[in-house]
Amino acid sequence: MPKAIVIEKYCKSCSLCVEICPKKIMAISDHTNDKGYFVATCIDQEQCIGCTLCATVCPDVAIDVYK
Amino acid sequence: MNKVFSRSKGLTDVPFTFCPGCTHGIIMRLIAEVLEELDILEETIGVSPVGCAGFSQDFFTCDFVGAAHGRAQAVGTGIKRALPHRTVFTYQGDGDIAAIGTQHAVHVAARGEKITSIMVNNAIYGMTGGQMAPTTLTNMKTSTSPFGRDPQTMGFPMDFPKLLAGIPGAAYVASVSVDSPKNIKKTKDAIRKAFKVQQAGLGFSLVSVLSTCPTNWGLNPSESLKWLRENMMPIYEMGELKVSEEVEKL
Repeated sequence: MPKAIVIEKYCKSCSLCVEICPKKIMAISDHTNDKGYFVATCIDQEQCIGCTLCATVCPDVAIDVYK
Repeated sequence: MNKVFSRSKGLTDVPFTFCPGCTHGIIMRLIAEVLEELDILEETIGVSPVGCAGFSQDFFTCDFVGAAHGRAQAVGTGIKRALPHRTVFTYQGDGDIAAIGTQHAVHVAARGEKITSIMVNNAIYGMTGGQMAPTTLTNMKTSTSPFGRDPQTMGFPMDFPKLLAGIPGAAYVASVSVDSPKNIKKTKDAIRKAFKVQQAGLGFSLVSVLSTCPTNWGLNPSESLKWLRENMMPIYEMGELKVSEEVEKL
């Protein structure tokens, strides 16, 4: 089962992954990382197709994708 | 389950110091991935500029030298001539390469130095607070052109890669963008080709990458990408601007 994992220490809450996701399963969560950014997260791993678009546009290399 | 996307070995685990949504990080990732794919991480020496990318040495696992403002290509020339078997690249913003470092960029291209330069063009001076750069678009508002850039008094935007493409020593010049996954892939291909040109010793190679500056443009990251697409890409000539005959045979 494909899945996208956000590494929280790198995320800066820029939302580019949220906008690019074709399944609309990336979202900004309501908890922060050490720097105080609200981190992005995958809200429904079941629907992830492993297309790696979120990781491709992530400017902070904060997303690992498994397939 | 296979990992299909993860942090390149070319990058350290230090988080980038760029603002949220700044596409500098994408360009650095692409360079690191290319160095890893070509298996030249051990032999590569990067030269970092002054500007937002001034901390580059913290992010890459290859060797790095810090240069004075605008002098990255002069330092790169020295390294390459002393150690011709090493791969040398400079990572510079538009303020570094196209403003204070113009003379070095022009003459490095004229001499056909066998180094690779990555130019990050966001049409503004990012680190110093959003002042007007040579690459700032006509009528674009910056902190030193608050009513928009008026060509009558402030001049016209400079298409720097196009300028360098006209110099015989430049073997490969490409102008690309990182506004969409498709263009990110094209950027990676251009960077790979630029490093291959250097490895083959064919001359100077430059990849100019259009990038965003959400903080100083006053837009959010996604609006910035849209602004880049709609305003910068029509002004700056995109694609491979110069591919010499030898490079075509690669």
